Amino acid sequence: MSLTKEEVEHIAKLARLELTDEQKELYRGQLSKILDYVAKLNELDTKDVPPTFGGGLDKMHLRTDEVHPSLSTDALLKNAPQSEDDQFKIPPVFE
Amino acid sequence: MTDLTNLTLIEMQTGLAKGNFSSRELVEAALNKIESTDSKTHAFLHLAKESALKQANEADRQRKSVGATGQSPLLGIPVAIKDVLSVAGLPCTAGSKILEGYVPPFTATSVKKLVEAGAIIVGKTNTDEFAMGSSTENSAYGVTRNPWDLNRVPGGSSGGSATSVAARYVPAALGTDTGGSVRQPASLCGVTGLKTTYGRVSRFGLIAFGSSLDTVGAFGRTAEDVAQIFLVMAGRDEKDATSVDAPVPQIKFNGDAVRGKRIGVPKEYFISGIQPEVEEKTRAAINQLKELGAEIREISLPHTGYALPVYYIIAPAEASANLARFDGVRYGPRADADNLWDVFFKTRGQKFGAEVTRRVMIGTYALSAGYYDAYYGQAQKVRTLIKRDFEAAFRDVDLIAAPTAPETAFKIGEHVNDPLAMYLEDVFTLPANLAGVPGISFNCGFDKNNLPVGLQLIAPHFREDLLLQTAHAYQQVTDWHKQSPIF
Repeated sequence: MSLTKEEVEHIAKLARLELTDEQKELYRGQLSKILDYVAKLNELDTKDVPPTFGGGLDKMHLRTDEVHPSLSTDALLKNAPQSEDDQFKIPPVFE
Repeated sequence: MTDLTNLTLIEMQTGLAKGNFSSRELVEAALNKIESTDSKTHAFLHLAKESALKQANEADRQRKSVGATGQSPLLGIPVAIKDVLSVAGLPCTAGSKILEGYVPPFTATSVKKLVEAGAIIVGKTNTDEFAMGSSTENSAYGVTRNPWDLNRVPGGSSGGSATSVAARYVPAALGTDTGGSVRQPASLCGVTGLKTTYGRVSRFGLIAFGSSLDTVGAFGRTAEDVAQIFLVMAGRDEKDATSVDAPVPQIKFNGDAVRGKRIGVPKEYFISGIQPEVEEKTRAAINQLKELGAEIREISLPHTGYALPVYYIIAPAEASANLARFDGVRYGPRADADNLWDVFFKTRGQKFGAEVTRRVMIGTYALSAGYYDAYYGQAQKVRTLIKRDFEAAFRDVDLIAAPTAPETAFKIGEHVNDPLAMYLEDVFTLPANLAGVPGISFNCGFDKNNLPVGLQLIAPHFREDLLLQTAHAYQQVTDWHKQSPIF
């Protein structure tokens, strides 16, 4: 199969990636090749095969509902590109 | 005085207990060697010199006050940590520009357990960006070079950790294995690398890549050294809901571990296209295991050829979800933009490297409306068939033996323009990740260019003990693991 430029743009939009025209063309070719390769899976009849969702053997554990100290606001905001009044600061969402 | 960096972890433990040298001397020797020679190999992204020396002094004090008995098993031993595992106060980049300058406020459980056992972290090691790659060339901070030949890759993604052990900077290092990222670099660097059972070691504090595949593993020069690290890390952690409450075995190392073991050799792992010397050396190693008393059987894992396409749907799909958190809001750099939408697009577009971008896009496509069933759904079903192959095989054999990688270390740049050719590097390692079973790689000889060849062993869930005992038995009768690169 061959992805179109519009399909690459749609995927990039879903993935929140800004690409240059050059990148779009590069990934269009590479992704098409990879998707062709993985299409090999359609050779197999899996009508009666259940899917494997996770890597684990047993069910996940729940921990007891106890209060533990958590990281301080200061420690968490330290890595933020911008913060103000104990909050992450971002540019305006609405005009 | 002997060069302290040449000692194995066990030899360091013994020497420390006898008072032959101090932890301060061990850590200084490691740091000096890294500072004088890592400009050639670039195994480390960050050195923790000050804290390491401080902890070494503390370890020496503790050893004097506690006495010979009741010592923490790793007290005073220098180790290196792959830069996808968080260590509070040390930078953690995951090899990506999108985490440049990020300093995690918490420590991964696997690392915390090592530190509590007395280990001293000397630094963080290079990795393919977000552990996506098989050569460490996808790091945003420069390639790591294989100490056996500086023009070649060390493998990946844990190439920095494998190199740190192969170059004898440290006796042991932590890595992670999502599709082969411990075993393949162990093979290319000629060291011993263990991929643990899925759920055996907590992933809390590991920057997630493919959550149904990610495991934390360890590198050392010998199986016995790797066992020391494994036994400390293993176990259930309340902070990782997928970690399993299975008993951690006592591992006895005697030369007789292989006698009577049934070892299966899957015919699908000796395919055309494999480097002839790789086949020759791995078959010779399997023969050596036979001489040690193993019964060798040819077996079949019929869906092996589908593991690569399954992996390259499931891992990118999970990665595309896991990497959604890197958006320029809470950590890392933010691209200049005057609205939030552009912050997301520009930060991610500018800061993710090519391979990460490719995989995020494949994963996004495979999960998108209209394509989910055909790609992700079908891959999950074929994953079941691959798991069943292993379940059936382990009804007849105790272990599986195969090459770790189809070729020895390749030249830097050789595969960078062909993503599919690079993906083929993992063809023999990623089935174990899809099935969740443990595996190990260790040196079983050299090719004509004096590059190491790795033998891979795969065991049923939670049988790391069998892998380590068998590798140890092999290392008792061979000396490949004792060879040291000159660079």
